[in-house]
Amino acid sequence: MADFVSGFWNAYVMVLVALSLAFCVFILVSNMGKGKGAQKGEKVELHGHVWDETLAEYNNPLPQWWKYLYWITVFFAIFYVAAYPGFGNVKGFLGWSSKGQYEGEMAKADATYAPIFKKYAEMDLAAVAADPEAQAMGRRLFLTYCAQCHGADARGAKGFPNLADNDWLYGGEPDVIKTTILGGRQGMMPPMGAALGSDGTEDVANYVRSLSGLANDSLRAGRGKELFEQNCAACHGADGKGMHAVGAPNLTDETWLYGSSKATIIETITKGRSNRMPAFEAFLGNDKTHLLAAYVYGLSNKAGAK
Amino acid sequence: MQSQATYNYKVVRQFAIMTVVWGIVGMLVGVIVAAQLVWPELNFAEWFHFGRLRPLHTNAVIFAFGGCALFATSYYVVQRTNHVPLFAPKLASFTFWGWQLIIVLAAITLPLGITTSKEYAELEWPIDILIAVVWVSYAIVFFGTIAKRKTSHIYVANWFYGAFILAVALLHIVNSAAIPVSLTKSYSAYAGVQDAMIQWWYGHNAVGFFLTAGFLGMMYYFVPKQADRPVYSYRLSVVHFWALIFTYMWAGPHHLHYTALPDWTQSVGMIFSLILLAPSWGGMINGIMTLSGAWHKLRTDPILKFLITSLSFYGMSTFEGPMMSVKTVNALSHYTDWTVGHVHSGALGWVAMVSIGAIYYLLPRMYGKTEMYSTKLITTHFWIATIGVVLYIASMWIAGVMQGLMWRATNPDGTLTYSFVESVKASYPFWSIRLLGGVLFLGGMFLMFYNMVKTIAGQKAYSAPVVAPQAAHA
Repeated sequence: MADFVSGFWNAYVMVLVALSLAFCVFILVSNMGKGKGAQKGEKVELHGHVWDETLAEYNNPLPQWWKYLYWITVFFAIFYVAAYPGFGNVKGFLGWSSKGQYEGEMAKADATYAPIFKKYAEMDLAAVAADPEAQAMGRRLFLTYCAQCHGADARGAKGFPNLADNDWLYGGEPDVIKTTILGGRQGMMPPMGAALGSDGTEDVANYVRSLSGLANDSLRAGRGKELFEQNCAACHGADGKGMHAVGAPNLTDETWLYGSSKATIIETITKGRSNRMPAFEAFLGNDKTHLLAAYVYGLSNKAGAK
Repeated sequence: MQSQATYNYKVVRQFAIMTVVWGIVGMLVGVIVAAQLVWPELNFAEWFHFGRLRPLHTNAVIFAFGGCALFATSYYVVQRTNHVPLFAPKLASFTFWGWQLIIVLAAITLPLGITTSKEYAELEWPIDILIAVVWVSYAIVFFGTIAKRKTSHIYVANWFYGAFILAVALLHIVNSAAIPVSLTKSYSAYAGVQDAMIQWWYGHNAVGFFLTAGFLGMMYYFVPKQADRPVYSYRLSVVHFWALIFTYMWAGPHHLHYTALPDWTQSVGMIFSLILLAPSWGGMINGIMTLSGAWHKLRTDPILKFLITSLSFYGMSTFEGPMMSVKTVNALSHYTDWTVGHVHSGALGWVAMVSIGAIYYLLPRMYGKTEMYSTKLITTHFWIATIGVVLYIASMWIAGVMQGLMWRATNPDGTLTYSFVESVKASYPFWSIRLLGGVLFLGGMFLMFYNMVKTIAGQKAYSAPVVAPQAAHA
């Protein structure tokens, strides 16, 4: 019903559709009997005018089969607007609507597939991760919903975490992974450029590089240590090993979400970083997420290992 | 009796030559974007990125190549079939220079990323205003010439050209309505699903009027002229003209099946798209049947080969179009390369081939001759172009149907059988074949360019004397 803001537009559409179909019929009917084809032994007549020395038109009638083709499409059109929505607000005798079709298909799909996922949803995540069939299903879900950002091999890209290693921003326990998928994550490193100044930023960058043994200016790194403890340790920890509770990365290992070059680290400190993993609960529901979480967990915790 | 006055061939000549030039440019960009799909590394700079070059390709082939062909032929046809020189020759000259300026501006702004993001209407508002001014001038020249006519009846080609000019003015002005915020940025005057509907009302009628009605006008002059036969049926031309221009206006919603567009709008768009089948075929029948009794000419005349083959592709793509507008078919074909193939069977097979045929007819006449420098080269061009189109559309059909089937395939547990990227991977062989088809078609255009240069070289520009109309014999 809500397709029209007032009854006027409903009537307007009805009249316009009816007149248009009528016009299609009229233009054909009004020309059907006219024109004269070649009779036996006669030549077809010209219609009577000549342009640009040679251009003329025969007075052939409309081809019979072409008229049938036209009629078929017009009759089908009339049938279609009677059967389906099309004539203003009239629903059509089949009672079809795109929303109804969508809901019907979704209900059918849920009835068919929900039990398959339900079975695994009741199992422990680690157990699901050890089940080859569940892993195959989880992989298919991953390729459909996650691979766009994290890659088909789950190894991520700049700004998109690698899920196949055993390094985690928010923690790699099965339940935490599931929480991440259900609710999403908002990764936020505040910009520190103004607070540290460009010199201070470079000092901190050198210190950060020193944490994982990368080449650095030791003088600057030494100065940076103090600044780090004042400005960064609240999230990244005094030892720079990060904090899962706020998603602050470990700076002492070899995993870098945005890159480990000095220039990139300076950019990160100066401008901060804002990153977002979308929430999937409303879209996938608990049961599919359960499988997906188990699959992601299984990527770095192969059954039997560890 | 022949008067001393001559037809205005200058503007026809200018547009005819630029048709070939812009054809090469537009198709070259097409080949580049096709190559970018095969080798993504070719997206090496912002201004050279697929997303920016693709609208440049579509604008260049539709409005620069197709537009110049329409201007050239309509100015030629309207003079000769009304037996008067062009009305307002200075204004006609302005349409030429104005149109070239618009094309150059498009070629600069689109790679710079200046775009409204409305498909086939990407140009920003200052260029849109220029288009409107040139187009209104075009209408004045065209209809002014018809008003001065020396014949009682208006020849059918002019109906189609006239409908094309009026409808494109309406479409362009309505769809381009926008609120400017700076010289290079504006926002559409419409929002949400209304914006989408107006965009595709425009988009499909750009196909219907720019790429169909206009080129049917071309067909109605050059096919009977080149075949030297009367048009098959006056009656058919009346019915299919009115049915075609009326019904096209309704067909836009089939671009928005299964979207937020209300169900009733989708249904109405679909049924009128189906009704379009017979009116479209009316044009094809009238063109091809004009040759009846003169089929042997097809064997020796490559220009006629171009014209008649173009009508075959027209018939094929106007069967395919209504079929694809059926919602259940569209559910498979939409968003796949099938759509791209469909567009190109129309754009290369119909629009480009009928234009090429018409320009081969026109060019020598612009220099007081009746033949191009080499008829053999035209034949070669024809075969290269035909093989190119066939490779293009066949590969896109296969790729499109394959993509549609891959996207909808599900496993017993309801998960998708293929991730999107797998369908991309599977498409590579077909994208390579498409690229080859495009290269062949472009290669044909280079032959045409060479043939044109050889035809023109050393020749003096010519304008034919105005012919007095024959008295009508009832």
